[in-house]
Amino acid sequence: MGRKLLLENINVPGINTFEVYRQHGGYRAVEKALKTMSTDDVVEEVKKSGLRGRGGAGFPTGMKWSFLAKPEGKPRYLVCNGDESEPGTFKDRFLMTHIPHLLIEGMIVSSYALGAKTSYIYVRGEMMPQIRILERAIAEAKNAGFLGKNILGSGYDLELYVQPGGGAYICGEETALIESLEGKRGNPRIKPPFPAISGLYNCPTVVNNVESIAAVVPIINDGADEYAKVGIGRSTGTKLISASGNLNKPGVYEIELGIPVEEFIYSDEYCGGIANGKRLKAVVAGGSSVPILPANLILKTATGESRLMSYESLAEGGFATGSMMGSGGFVAFDEDQCIVRNTWNFSRFYHHESCGQCSPCREGTGWMEKVLHRLEYGHGKMSDLDLLVDVAKKIEGNTICPLGDAAAWPVASAIRHFRDEFEWHVSHPAEAIERNYGLARYADPLPKAETVAAN
Amino acid sequence: MSERVKVTIDGISVEVEQGTTILNAARLIGGEIVPPAMCYYSKLEGSGGKCRTCLVKVSKGSEKDPRPMPKLVASCRTTVMEGMEVQNITSPEVKEARKGVVELLLINHPLDCPVCDQAGECHLQDLSYEHGSAATRYEFDRRSFERRDIGDKIQLHMTRCILCYRCVYVADQITDRREHGVLGRGDAAEISTYIEKAIENDFSGNVIDVCPVGALTDRTFRFKNRVWFTKPVDAHCNCDKCSGKVTLWYKGEDVIRVTARKDEYGEVESFICNDCRFEKKKTSDWVIEGPRKISKHSVISANHYEQLAPPPVIRKNPALKEANKEQFERVIRY
Amino acid sequence: MLKISKTDEIIFTPELIAKFNEILLRYPEDKQKSALLPVLHLVQAEYGWVSTPLMDKVADFLNLKPIEVYEVASFYTMFFLKPQGKYVLEVCRTGPCCLVGAEKIMTHIEAKLNVKEGEITPDGLFSWRGVECLAACGMGPVLQIGPDYTFYENLTADTVDDLIDRLRLTTVEKAQII
Repeated sequence: MGRKLLLENINVPGINTFEVYRQHGGYRAVEKALKTMSTDDVVEEVKKSGLRGRGGAGFPTGMKWSFLAKPEGKPRYLVCNGDESEPGTFKDRFLMTHIPHLLIEGMIVSSYALGAKTSYIYVRGEMMPQIRILERAIAEAKNAGFLGKNILGSGYDLELYVQPGGGAYICGEETALIESLEGKRGNPRIKPPFPAISGLYNCPTVVNNVESIAAVVPIINDGADEYAKVGIGRSTGTKLISASGNLNKPGVYEIELGIPVEEFIYSDEYCGGIANGKRLKAVVAGGSSVPILPANLILKTATGESRLMSYESLAEGGFATGSMMGSGGFVAFDEDQCIVRNTWNFSRFYHHESCGQCSPCREGTGWMEKVLHRLEYGHGKMSDLDLLVDVAKKIEGNTICPLGDAAAWPVASAIRHFRDEFEWHVSHPAEAIERNYGLARYADPLPKAETVAAN
Repeated sequence: MSERVKVTIDGISVEVEQGTTILNAARLIGGEIVPPAMCYYSKLEGSGGKCRTCLVKVSKGSEKDPRPMPKLVASCRTTVMEGMEVQNITSPEVKEARKGVVELLLINHPLDCPVCDQAGECHLQDLSYEHGSAATRYEFDRRSFERRDIGDKIQLHMTRCILCYRCVYVADQITDRREHGVLGRGDAAEISTYIEKAIENDFSGNVIDVCPVGALTDRTFRFKNRVWFTKPVDAHCNCDKCSGKVTLWYKGEDVIRVTARKDEYGEVESFICNDCRFEKKKTSDWVIEGPRKISKHSVISANHYEQLAPPPVIRKNPALKEANKEQFERVIRY
Repeated sequence: MLKISKTDEIIFTPELIAKFNEILLRYPEDKQKSALLPVLHLVQAEYGWVSTPLMDKVADFLNLKPIEVYEVASFYTMFFLKPQGKYVLEVCRTGPCCLVGAEKIMTHIEAKLNVKEGEITPDGLFSWRGVECLAACGMGPVLQIGPDYTFYENLTADTVDDLIDRLRLTTVEKAQII
């Protein structure tokens, strides 16, 4: 059994209440931090732990904290990003639903470290039940003296509020989230300035993912060294993986970073293999934005090494043969799934969610969706494939925020790895509507490393 | 005095005040190395960053940190650093990206310049002429909207809009009450008042001047004439609401349009009020200053009245060339 | 563009105003615009959708220009700018849910309710639409129903039928009690 740092007590009845959470060691991190550590100590500890942002970008959390400007007379803010909307990702929903006090404890410790007196948890509006759960948990914590004025007699004051979103994926981008929290349209800001200098209400602000904030609790409880012992290389600690698609046991799993992908998919401890006795065709390993990989490349890297669930191993091979850890949204496709249809679906998602502020994303996402739609419905042309790759290239890197990249990568990678299937949709349009291209050779053993290198 | 920093753009160095953007540094150098800008407007706070036509490559971040920036950056919103080196037209990557942006700006824009009132002074038209492709690869229906009159002076044709947000900033910063904004999102976003409403205030006409395309046009001028058949003349009046400094656009003896004075980047020198713009259409309302200089690249100069370019017959004949030497040299200088 | 004739003056109930005021306490002084999203959610929960007069009233309460409210309400997909059924069934239609049959669920709902996406059943009880990822991919197919955003997971045609029948019945029973 892998070590659990966040979900250790998830099956304890009543762990969503303050009382039970506290009985199981909850809020020890707050006591330890506020009573025995300076704010800099906490930042240092998080830095030392090697914790990397769990929202998708994987930027070291401690480093992000240390960039926070501290001008005199200006409040600083910590905002928790609970706008979980990346297709394939549902770990934050799970965490907020079942163990809300872990997030609140993390928020208190992190706010203390950053010197924030008011902090917000921005939760996507669709998660109204989770918003109510968090609000109740905040009231419980406040009642017990862990929030409000002079927490545990330390002289530190903190108010914590939950803010609902309104239905917009883009608000998961930190500056769009800040705009939304200010009551505006979720248009990402043009950076610089970065939030660490000028964020919420033009004050220095840190925005962290729900899981990142929760991970601060075990880091403070057990110490950074202990935390860094779990995991592999620069991928320290545990990670919540949201597993979905055609799996026997979809759900949220806490894994030690570095376990083999194969183990994650097939072992009974995790996903228990592909549902209905089917074979694996492809995987999106880190949420819809990251490149899709065929079965052979997700299980092994191009050099024939076993691929691991870690930031580095999933990225091994670059975009040519690798992918990304992203937010840990692990979507498995069985042999009956159509890659063209799924790519069109993802493309429609990004088209729908583009804020429309900058031209490459506003216009390009719609164009890609339309071309993919006609490919899927049997009206495509061979030249469409190169057109898609080209449009994706013209969006990628040229937009205000990463949504442009997120829209471009799935399309480019699907054509890169599943070109046969796209071409078949063009050459056999009638058949493509009737049946599926199937597994084809996507699970075949990879050619030897030398051949790959020669290509 | 604030510190000055040195930046090099396409191999040309310039010293600028700290805090200057790459775009404005390039404008100080001038000429072909200036990136095009469809949404940035120096007189509107917060503008820029959206259209992505001004993307440039920062090949050296600064003297202190010489690393290149990982992505192309919007030159209108990126400030220069001491020792920064920027590539605009010398970077194939930038040219390629710009071509892509232009293509994307055009996929939903009607390609009907001949029937558009903005033709001849449209920045998108110029941009696509310089950076666009001859043919479109877009094979789907283009986004279209009904034309709407927002009040009796301004018409909004959203079909032509590129969502630069300039008119929204004008309403926020120049007028006393913003009635219109950007509604919806993604490629369904539109400039609108949401409910049927006339935009009525003393400075609303400025949205026409800042619009880079034919989305917001002057109803008192629409289809009265092609701009290249009109003659721009600078004039002023004593106005208690604005500077009163305008450009009058003459057709024969008649003033058929009044606009603010625009510089070579299409930006107004100062915003003008609606009285000056819409109500003073007689020469006697104004003190005439003289012809307005228009860039020779503009089609408006096609009907130039200041000087005549020597006809080709002169260029080819050495004797005639010598006889017309003075005029010939003046033209070459431009 | 909508043509609006002045409707009857809307008056927010004291209970609603009290809730608004509680929300306003969360933000620094003069940052009341931050309350816009939570306030719009409350208004929609109360009235079923956000009409222009309601938005104008919200603008008035928060001291904003009406256009600022229109801009925001039209940006976020959760706010209905048109009347809806009493129950709006919002089915996730994004990739992972489609891998496990979300498209079939939507076809089934369309047939069961006999109205197209976005339309309202003649009795005014139901409308439905596909929405983008609801972040519940492991429990797909899923749907949610506002204003409480109650969540229904691992849907099948049968469970959807049950749900619709139950909602219909509850409404009829409530009506009889009144």
